[in-house]
Parts: sequence; C-alpha cells; structure tokens
Amino acid sequence: MSADRLRDVVAAVVDPELRVVTIEELGILRDVAEDPTSGRVTVTITPTYTGCPAMDVIRADIRRALAAAGHPDAEVVTVYAPAWSTDWISASGRAKLAAAGIAPPGPAGSGRSVPLTLTVRCPHCGAADTEQVSRFGSTACKALWRCRACREPFDHLRAL
Amino acid sequence: MKTTVDHLLALGDDALIAAQRLGEWVAAAPELEEDVALANIALDQLGAARLLLTYAGELEGAGRDEDALAYLRDDREFRNCLLVELPNGDFAVTMAKLLFLAAYQLTLYTALSGCADERLAAIASKARKEVAYHLDHARLWTVRLGDGTAESHRRMQAAVDEIWPYTHELFLPDPTAPVDPAGLRAEFLAIVEPVLAEATLERPADDWAPEGGRRGLHTEHLSYLLAEMQVLHRAHPGARW
Repeated sequence: MSADRLRDVVAAVVDPELRVVTIEELGILRDVAEDPTSGRVTVTITPTYTGCPAMDVIRADIRRALAAAGHPDAEVVTVYAPAWSTDWISASGRAKLAAAGIAPPGPAGSGRSVPLTLTVRCPHCGAADTEQVSRFGSTACKALWRCRACREPFDHLRAL
Repeated sequence: MKTTVDHLLALGDDALIAAQRLGEWVAAAPELEEDVALANIALDQLGAARLLLTYAGELEGAGRDEDALAYLRDDREFRNCLLVELPNGDFAVTMAKLLFLAAYQLTLYTALSGCADERLAAIASKARKEVAYHLDHARLWTVRLGDGTAESHRRMQAAVDEIWPYTHELFLPDPTAPVDPAGLRAEFLAIVEPVLAEATLERPADDWAPEGGRRGLHTEHLSYLLAEMQVLHRAHPGARW
C-alpha cells in the first residue's frame, strides 16, 4: 500500500465527539509512517485538550481502520508538542462544523493570558447578533451560545 | 536544573487534588452551566495530572504508573500545596481558590514551557493554554461577586481573606526546580491584584503563611479527600472497566 493511500485510510477516521469531521480535518493527525523493512505502521496524533476523553476511542478507531486495510499491528503514538491549536482545523473541517450547527472557532492567536471573545456568527442563520450562554459546553472544546436573531441555541468550538 | 520526581509530583498532585475538589461541585453548583464549567476545568486538571504523574513514575523508575501514584500513596507522600486540598467552602471560596491556582499555574506553566526538559516543556505549553481559560472563568466570577450585591461582596472578600495566606506556599524558593517558583510571585501579583481591584475587593496583607504541602505535611482535609478518591481502587485492586 502506498504512503498516500495509507494516510488516506487513517485520515478518514472521524472524531467520535464531533462526528462530522475527520481527525485530519480537526488537525490532530500529525503523521502516518510505515517502517520500510517490517511494514509496521506508526500513527502520531495529538490531543485537543489534555483531558480529552475521546482519545482512547480515536486510538482504537485508527487501529481498527488500519487492521481492515491489512495492517493489524499498527502503533498509535500521542505527542503533546507542539500543542494543538484550533487554527489547525482545515477549511473543509470548519465548513462541515458550521453545516452541523457548530460555530467554528476564530483565530486563536498566541501568548494571550486572557482570551478575547470575538463575535461568533450563528451557524444556522448567519447573524452576528449572538450571545454566550455558558462558557463551557457539551465537551471540553465547546461553549454554548444562542442567536438573538433566529433564537436558536448552538455550540461554539472555542479558539485555543 | 534537572527535573526531579518530587518536582513532578508537586505539579501533578496540585492538578490531581484540584480536579478532585472541583469534581465535588458536579450536581451541586449554583447553576447547571457552572456544573458543566467546573467539571470541564476538573477534566483539564486531571489531564495534566495524568501526564505529570506518568512522567514522575517513569523518572522514578520503580514501576509505579499514574494509577499507583494517584491511588496507592498515603497523605504524607503527596506533594501538593495546601491551597488545593482546602474544602470547597461556599462558591466564593471555590472561585478564590481557582483564581489563585490558575494565576499561579499560568505563570509557572508559561515559564516551564521554555525549560530544557523537553517532555516537561511540552506538557506545560499544552496545559498553559487550558489554564488561561480557567483564569478567565475565575476572574469573571470574582468580579461579578465582588462588585455585585452587598452580600456577594462580603462573601467574596471573606473568601479572598481566607485563601490568601495559602498563596505564599506556592512561591517558596526551590533552587533545584527547573523553574524556581520564588521568581514568579511578582507576575502572579500582576495578574491577581488588578482582578481584585476591578472586583472592588481589598488585597489582604501578607502575614500568616502556612506551608508544608511540598514536604508532605498536610492539613487534615487531605486525608478525607484521599479516602474518598482512593477507596474504590484500594477495595478492588487492578479492577478495570
């Protein structure tokens, strides 16, 4: 199997908590490498948050996908540096999140000790007249917002 | 300076005990959103604790993993600061604890993210981003309560007065650590003092400075916390789900 094809297999694994995007679109897939002699595949991933409870499921899903593609002994390595940023979410990932009613993050910036809250557009009607309901949401990476224009609540993936 | 097991335990135990205390608020916070917030902050702390304790166990080389360190040590072997083990008190006390802890962790993790130990630097630079959000959360509540009603102001001031003495321990000199905490207090004050001022709260005077956590000498509160945290693991060693 070619290196590109191998990466495609891993890249197609979906995030268990944001099921509309793949781990590649989310920016947590860092590397897929095949040992030229043993043929053993090593996948490198990085967590969104240190305590993200989805990591075990993601590791299992990667191993399952590779096993189905003929690589039953794949190894999944987790790295922490450089730290994941929401800036790594791809354009297609952002579009899919928005289509699923999850407002994608704005630019994360760096070195700010106190995060600024920028305007978040409603993923349902596109209005900018929105407000934060809760600084934390259904997962560690999201906050709960609502739209004052269409009145719909929505999740917002926080810039990190 | 070289990273020591004791130093990693201090960092990891701070995060672990803070996570356990914050978790006590689940289903008991003043509003549902705060249940979710404190649970998520606890989850971040637990994530950092797991990485730090795993590293401590590997550096120690005695075969102890994160679970052995979290569940099978007694109180005298914990190296966390006293601040994190103090009871939650009312919501204002919890927010005062979180404000001071997050400000301390932010300055410490920021300094550690540039240290020579690459593994520790990676953990610190990851945790730093999460702690910045915790700090912002505690800051908003401190201002809201301090600059709120007469009753919320009274309670927030009482909480700050109660917790302030325990912040001195965080900055005890440790010349052997990768980053000496003694050099971080000025930065901590530069974060915390403007928050207290905005919240119309008085910054307490520096006098009483209880300490001992870094040497394993804890308040009576830690033993009760550990009893609850460790009972399942000790009753069913090696149990999995």
